[in-house]
Amino acid sequence: MHLSIESANYLIRGLMDSSIELHQILDEVPIGIAAFDLDRKMVLLNRKLEALTGFSNEEARSLQCRYVLRSALCHRGCLIKQLLERNGPIDTESDLINKNREKIPVRITAAPLNDVNGSIVGFIEFVEDLRPLRDCLHEDGPFFFQGKLIGKSHEMQRIFRILPVIAQTDSSVLITGETGTGKDFIAEAIHQSSNRAKGPFIKVNCGALPENLLESELFGHEKGAFTGAVEQKPGRFRLANMGSLYLTEIGDLPLNLQVKLLSFLDDRVLHPLGSTKGVHVDVRVIAATHRNLEQMARDGLFRQDLLFRLNVIRLHLPPLGKRGEDIKMLMEHFLQIFNPRFKKKIAGFTDEAKHVLIGYPYPGNVRELRNILEYAVNFCDGSKIQEKHLPEYILEYDSSMIGLDPVSTAEPSRIQTDSVVQRNQLSWIDTERQMILDAIIKARGRRSQAAKMLGMGRSTLWRKMKKYGVIPQN
Amino acid sequence: MAKILIPLLGDDIAPRFDLAQEVLIIVTTTEGEIIEERPIVLSTASAEGLCNLILIEKVDTVVCCGIEQEYYEYLTWKKVKVIDSVIGPCERIVFEAARDNLQSEDVLLERG
Repeated sequence: MHLSIESANYLIRGLMDSSIELHQILDEVPIGIAAFDLDRKMVLLNRKLEALTGFSNEEARSLQCRYVLRSALCHRGCLIKQLLERNGPIDTESDLINKNREKIPVRITAAPLNDVNGSIVGFIEFVEDLRPLRDCLHEDGPFFFQGKLIGKSHEMQRIFRILPVIAQTDSSVLITGETGTGKDFIAEAIHQSSNRAKGPFIKVNCGALPENLLESELFGHEKGAFTGAVEQKPGRFRLANMGSLYLTEIGDLPLNLQVKLLSFLDDRVLHPLGSTKGVHVDVRVIAATHRNLEQMARDGLFRQDLLFRLNVIRLHLPPLGKRGEDIKMLMEHFLQIFNPRFKKKIAGFTDEAKHVLIGYPYPGNVRELRNILEYAVNFCDGSKIQEKHLPEYILEYDSSMIGLDPVSTAEPSRIQTDSVVQRNQLSWIDTERQMILDAIIKARGRRSQAAKMLGMGRSTLWRKMKKYGVIPQN
Repeated sequence: MAKILIPLLGDDIAPRFDLAQEVLIIVTTTEGEIIEERPIVLSTASAEGLCNLILIEKVDTVVCCGIEQEYYEYLTWKKVKVIDSVIGPCERIVFEAARDNLQSEDVLLERG
């Protein structure tokens, strides 16, 4: 391939049987691309960048790049200058003002163009229009983040506000929260909003693989490192180079691998199995767990020094039970998702079904709510989801908990110790038994009246009385 | 008499109006003779600050490269003529501006 300012048609030879035009290929790429010579004069613009800047390829040719891109970086520190000082591509967010006087947020990645001898002969910049992303963020206000995370509760709004800030740093992130609260979505959102978004996002479940496999999966191995290692394996860390590595269930990481991870976080150098040389890898580590790592560290199950390194930025996701009105919002959201998927035209929920769904504490959090609604939409044959369309286990739960504040009835956090959980359950059993006894006394033994006072069905009261030994078992 | 302001970056017109830290103000006669040439270094780059300076200095014409629509409209509403998307070295721009030979999107560069 030969590039020069004089040449109007740049041809790629050797890739196919006959030469192909470079411009034709670049025009099909949905990201703005510009190539400059060593004097930073424009050599070519692809169609997307023509649309972004308002310059045609002919107008822009041989102009200084700063007059075509008009990026904030042109004033604050030329990317090409930075590129020459650093060895490797540069990726950063900025904005440009185009000919139509529009200010457009962009992500610019610059890289040198080297000839076959490795000498720099020019530069290439990839300019990505960030407006769709920003629009998505702004239109949906505080309720959505990247179209995946939903919520208008105070807790979620706080998370949406700090997520872009977290994304812009390069520090390790530790996401905690019960199962089903959206830790994976948060990790991906952080990656997608960060400067590493163009790089890979690699997810590893630390609890899903046996210890000996996990080490080579994470850190890679050299050919012949152990019996069966017939080929060299790069490992997930190297695959995530220039991107983010998401270590989910970090609490399940075996202690010896915790040491290796700690060593990597210290110097960013990997030591693959069987290799004598370290490999430098540029990766941001995002870890997540539903376990209480502080407690695990106290119990000697998790290294405290690793916890300190991972805990640079801590993000705790609230359980659904503590997200108040988000439940209603999520119900509507999942209904909209499942309606077209199952070819249904369900308009909403009956009051009874709504009452049951809002009153349920969701120990499985958003994932459980999603599954419940998938079930309900599947079984609903009318225009509204009724109680009978809900899974039976919720209705059973509902009969004892209905009318109570979902926040207070929410399953205690998994982070709490078992003894706390047990204590809470015991106190509820005692309280409920006492409530039933009080109601029967007040109703002078009339069960139907007592059931009415308690807000439950007569048969439910009978079942509970039997369960608590208020009436004989048989 | 006409007062013209040009945002600068080094010896050239600044690629961005809002990020220029230096401006050149020239005063010309109706015959195109330059009777005053005054560079001003701004403490901070700001489109609002620059608009303010333009109004305080009673500038008639702004010659710039990239400018946001919001500031373009504000200045034209304030009866300031804005010639934008102009590219080139300051010296050439001053020469042409003094003679009222400039229009938006002019490129005053030798290509090649």
